[in-house]
Amino acid sequence: MDPIDLLNILRDSLWVCLVTDALLWLLFAAFVLALVVILRSPLQRQVWRQVFQQRLAVVSAVILAVAASFALLDSIHFRQPLPALTDDPGAAESTQVRYAVEVNSVLDLLLRGLRSDYEKTYSAPLAVNLSALEPVTITLPDGDVEVRRESPRLKVAGQAFPPGPVSASVYWTDVATRIALGTVGGLVSFGILAFIGLALHRWRRLVTPSPYSHPVARRWTLITLGLIFVLVGVMTSLSNNFHVFGTDKVGQDVLYQVLKSLRTALVIGLVPTLVTLPIGVVLGLAAGYFRGKVDDVIQYVYTTVSAIPGVLLIAAAVLSIQVMLDNHPEWFATAVERGDVRLLALCIILGMTSWTGIARLLRGESLKMREYEYVQAARAFGVSAGRILLRHILPNVFPIILITMVMEFSTLVLAEAVLSYIGIGVDPTMFSFGLMINNARMELSREPVVWWTLTAAFIFMVVLVLAANILADAVRDALDPRSERPS
Amino acid sequence: MSTQPLLQVRDLSLAFARQDAQGNTTLTDALSNIQFDLHAGETLALLGESGCGKSLTSLAMMRLLPPNARYQSGRLLLKTEDPRRPEDLLRVSEARMRQIRGHRMAMIFQEPATSLNPVMRIGEQIAEVIRLHRGLDQQSTQREVRILLDQVGLPDPDKAAAAYPFELSGGMKQRAMIAMALAGDPQILLADEPTTALDVTLQAQILDLIQSLQQQRQMGVLLITHDLAVVASRAERVAVMYAGQIVESGAVSDVLHNPAHPYTRALLAALPERAGHGESLLQLPGRVPSLGHWPMTCRFAPRCADQEPHCLMESPPQVVMPSEQTISVVPHQVLCWRAGDEAMRAYGDSGSVNRRRTFAESAVLEVRDLQVGYESSHGNWPWPLSHWFGDKAIQKPVVDGVSLQLKAGETLALVGESGCGKTTIARAILGLQPLSGGEIVLDGAPIAGQGVRPQAGWRRNVQMVFQDPFASLDPRQRIRTILAEGPRALGLAPATTTDAALCALLERVGLAADALDRYPHEFSGGQRQRIAIARALAVNPAVLICDEPTSALDVSVQAQILNLLLDLQAETGMAYLFITHNFGVVRYLADRVAVMQAGRIVESGSTRDIFEQPQQTYTKALLASVPVIR
Amino acid sequence: MLRYFLRRLFYAVPILIGVNLITFALFFMVNSPDDMARMQLGVKRVTPEAIQQWKAARGYDKPLFINDAAAGVQQVTDTIFFDKSMRLFAGEFGRSEDGREISQEIRQRMGPSLAIALPTFLIGLGLTISLALMLVLFRGTWLDRTGVVICVGLMSISSLFFIIGGQFVFARVLKLVPISGYESNPWTAWHFLILPVAVSIVASIGGSTRWYRTIFLEEIGRDYVRTARAKGLSDARVLFGHVLRNGLIPILTGVVVVIPSLFLGSLLVESFFGIPGLGSYTIDAIAAQDFAVVRAMVFLGSVLYLVGLILTDLSYTLVDPRIRLK
Repeated sequence: MDPIDLLNILRDSLWVCLVTDALLWLLFAAFVLALVVILRSPLQRQVWRQVFQQRLAVVSAVILAVAASFALLDSIHFRQPLPALTDDPGAAESTQVRYAVEVNSVLDLLLRGLRSDYEKTYSAPLAVNLSALEPVTITLPDGDVEVRRESPRLKVAGQAFPPGPVSASVYWTDVATRIALGTVGGLVSFGILAFIGLALHRWRRLVTPSPYSHPVARRWTLITLGLIFVLVGVMTSLSNNFHVFGTDKVGQDVLYQVLKSLRTALVIGLVPTLVTLPIGVVLGLAAGYFRGKVDDVIQYVYTTVSAIPGVLLIAAAVLSIQVMLDNHPEWFATAVERGDVRLLALCIILGMTSWTGIARLLRGESLKMREYEYVQAARAFGVSAGRILLRHILPNVFPIILITMVMEFSTLVLAEAVLSYIGIGVDPTMFSFGLMINNARMELSREPVVWWTLTAAFIFMVVLVLAANILADAVRDALDPRSERPS
Repeated sequence: MSTQPLLQVRDLSLAFARQDAQGNTTLTDALSNIQFDLHAGETLALLGESGCGKSLTSLAMMRLLPPNARYQSGRLLLKTEDPRRPEDLLRVSEARMRQIRGHRMAMIFQEPATSLNPVMRIGEQIAEVIRLHRGLDQQSTQREVRILLDQVGLPDPDKAAAAYPFELSGGMKQRAMIAMALAGDPQILLADEPTTALDVTLQAQILDLIQSLQQQRQMGVLLITHDLAVVASRAERVAVMYAGQIVESGAVSDVLHNPAHPYTRALLAALPERAGHGESLLQLPGRVPSLGHWPMTCRFAPRCADQEPHCLMESPPQVVMPSEQTISVVPHQVLCWRAGDEAMRAYGDSGSVNRRRTFAESAVLEVRDLQVGYESSHGNWPWPLSHWFGDKAIQKPVVDGVSLQLKAGETLALVGESGCGKTTIARAILGLQPLSGGEIVLDGAPIAGQGVRPQAGWRRNVQMVFQDPFASLDPRQRIRTILAEGPRALGLAPATTTDAALCALLERVGLAADALDRYPHEFSGGQRQRIAIARALAVNPAVLICDEPTSALDVSVQAQILNLLLDLQAETGMAYLFITHNFGVVRYLADRVAVMQAGRIVESGSTRDIFEQPQQTYTKALLASVPVIR
Repeated sequence: MLRYFLRRLFYAVPILIGVNLITFALFFMVNSPDDMARMQLGVKRVTPEAIQQWKAARGYDKPLFINDAAAGVQQVTDTIFFDKSMRLFAGEFGRSEDGREISQEIRQRMGPSLAIALPTFLIGLGLTISLALMLVLFRGTWLDRTGVVICVGLMSISSLFFIIGGQFVFARVLKLVPISGYESNPWTAWHFLILPVAVSIVASIGGSTRWYRTIFLEEIGRDYVRTARAKGLSDARVLFGHVLRNGLIPILTGVVVVIPSLFLGSLLVESFFGIPGLGSYTIDAIAAQDFAVVRAMVFLGSVLYLVGLILTDLSYTLVDPRIRLK
């Protein structure tokens, strides 16, 4: 896709700011802000340097960053203008531009090739033929007409090959060439970017040392990014002629689906913490610090909330919201907006049900910390409770908050899959790992077995969650004074 | 004393391995050429400040080191039946070592509260050792457990055997711990600060117990301690450790009366017990260097007042000093270039700067009939149910009718065993603890009591220095923020929080101005305590409550802090309420003493009267248990 | 002891009322009963009369909290809140959308749920603790490191994949066990149970093994372990004789509280393997938007959780001598 075209489309379109878009970008801004704070404080720099001394943590961080950039690209939405109706001269002159109902994101534009081209139904990864048998009318040399059941050539994939059966040698030559070209392309673009990046880095290091300037961190960042670039290059070049992960029942490219699912996973993994943290932190710290009646009331509230089985509470809440949304179709201009509100509702519900853990944890911490001598010293000066909580206790429990948040991420991503499977997850019009699994679960019993949808979802999800888990471990080891250190 | 030692430690060196990010292993020296003998029926004291490697030595002898420790050299020769073929513990198998642990060598630890398995009955924990090492049957094991518990002086052995550790008091736990160590019938007992965590009366009892058991069983005892007075009263020989080395060793009488190493001399001179009232204590500059920062040559040289150029160039030699004892079997050895040099500065009789001290006649702080009771929960009911169904709040008095008076410029020491309510009084004066009765008057204005609403800003007149220098500073705030907290919260003039003002404050407590932008973790314990004092000073209080401000510090650092406190008092005329259990400090610092027991003051008077003519039996008992250096 | 129980029971009542208030708010205040009726009836059959009839048949035509029309006590009792929420306390769960008695259904479905959940719980717990102890015994070696890596790997895989993969490999490809189904005869049902149980254990083993390992490692760093080693005990005896029992205390917090909830079964496993337990019942109810059943299950779940809390306290007194119930 020509970058100029892309900019033109973006210029002419109607911007749509979904709520979750705003939240994701907000989180991104908060992340950047946190980074600045960390870089400024020598204490923090030292801690984070410890995190990024570990190879796996660096690799995981890079993987998550790449996933996040996909999600962020997928979080700039707009509606393209419809072509003016030429048969009505009046309309052409009016300033009123009409926009398509379809809401697209920048990622959609970048993946236009994958998005728009549908096959008829299932096709295997890198296949040129459909995975289903269809009656094909064949005119035999003697003029007879015979109807055979065979799998026909795909509409979109394999167009680089001449019609008719593709011989194995031609096929494999093409695949190999594309892989080679993709690798070279990926490496070249990586090389250029790395060169610019390193130059910038060297310049910046003169200004301020970063936790990333550790040799392990630098080396493994480059290695991981290099591999990802090669992978993207290969996928891009293969996608010109094939469906890398095949197509699903309606013929849609599976690679496109998993890439779109990344945003949903990240929203589910991150946005609920925006609800969890304020409630959990405020209630937990207050309960521990003030004790007495405040503590009793807060304890009552969180015992009550945690008494309700999580899934059922989520189910009840989602069902209620669903009924509400169904009864008010007039609230939403497009299906995407509706799905988005439902996603947001799901996030809020997940947040409302999962704050009890951190509240309990922080209650204990603040109960302990209020007896610390530096808190006593502050109280002896008559410092107000609010200020003690804000200036003494909150900063000291911050590592715990961060660790909980990072660990919660993978739990939430996994929960999304289960909830979507039960039918109380994201809107079926959206893309998510859970919906993909749900749609794919009967496919294993087909003949021939359709394994690729599930496999693609599996690979992407495991890589994402594994990266999050590994990073969470590294962060915990470095930040949590209570955790054991490998000797 | 038999000629063949039970254990000979020869040239023991130890290092910690650390892996850096590149995967290279670096070794940091932790113990260097430790060498001593342990004889039957004899107590060898291993003396040193924290971080000098004394506990590490004992763990090394048991081969119980953390996994990253590496033996560099040495032999640990344990006496066997055949006197010519001792067993080298560093070369026996782990299985053989397990037979030796608990059976030939046993150990008691500092914290009886955490060193016993909390969910196992005392009897079972002792029986485990007997079964393991002596293979007795069930019945004789039980009998043996009872005998042991009786030997260590537990009043009801059967009850103690059936008890869990939490059901015993601290002293009883330590007795049980000793019973456990004796259960394998060891010849060698390693006691790692066995009484540091205990009250002074218990300390004496436990040390008596160890001594009598040693006599009965003719054990060799290695007593690890930081307390010179304990060494003086309990050991025959002593080895002084500094930065992983034994710098001086010999008979206690030789070492303590004729200290030859500058470090030993400094330690003795830093003791408040030895200084006259109001005199300056000797202070060693700096602190014990931390692991990995040891000088290559003489490790004490950077802090040594008698340092010569040569000391910084070559490692000092081992010198044998002449002994006072007529028939000496124990050589008095010193690791120093200037050992025996008469020209060395004489410590101990350092200049007695008598500080000018003036007392006002009127009391700046007056506590009248103070009563504090903790509400022992509301019966586990949550509010509002506690209101309706809960048991009536039970008031357990912790402080029961205490009255005190403190004059400006005066130091009142509040002494007593742990749990007697000393700290609760401090908390009540600071307004951190509601009173259940009585009244507190500060500078003429009541600040706490029935229906008292103190005037705004009263808090600037009373401040506190806490016990634990590591917990009393917020680790996430820079020193600047920490120091400015008080003046800001009390709304003092902005001029008190300018950098210039804060630097002046730091200077008063002897710290450099560059400390302002640093974080607490960059400072040592003594420096942190200085910062904590500066924080209190920032609001210029009339009364400073010091809650065991030196009990977490080493002797040499303690001297620095005590000197500082005295200087500040002379300078500002602050009154100190000094809470402590260290009688040496009391004698040195206090004008008056109040002795507390179970929430009441049992005796009070001038320091001299209390020390020389105690009236109450409790005071007498307390003073009698204080170990003193003869 | 008795006093303690009475107190805990008293404490449970306000919590259950709170639970009821929350679910009530979700079901009746976010949406009106009219909305629910419209939902259930479907677009085609929505008429004002049909809605009224639907509501009347289910008792949703009453006021929410206070019935002004009624007299005396009935002002409070003849309301949706009392009818639908407070009656749960008496075990009156009402009827599901298809008209069946919910309490009857719960009684029938408990058995199959337990048949899966109990073996999963017991075998899983035993296996996890043994694995954790093994990793701790070999701490710092390659075995420990590989074990932790495998645990993190297992944690990162959604349980859906374990179920789908397990069914595919063992039931469809290898044909060792039936894909799904259930028999009430416990002696012949085992071949229906073996795969769901195995899958559930594998799905949860990574997280808990790693967690228990951390707990045991934390215990190993304590002073009493050093004492035990100074006695001359071997590593294994220290681990089994001293560390295990101390480590069990924190493990209990997480474990005992779920025991009563085993009755509720597992949502996913039951629905995938066609086990007629409470888990699949709940899933079906959610899919059919059967609010009466969901409400009943929420209440049941909360009751069981509170029972679990009491059991946890009780079990503490068994393992930890320091704790006495007052």
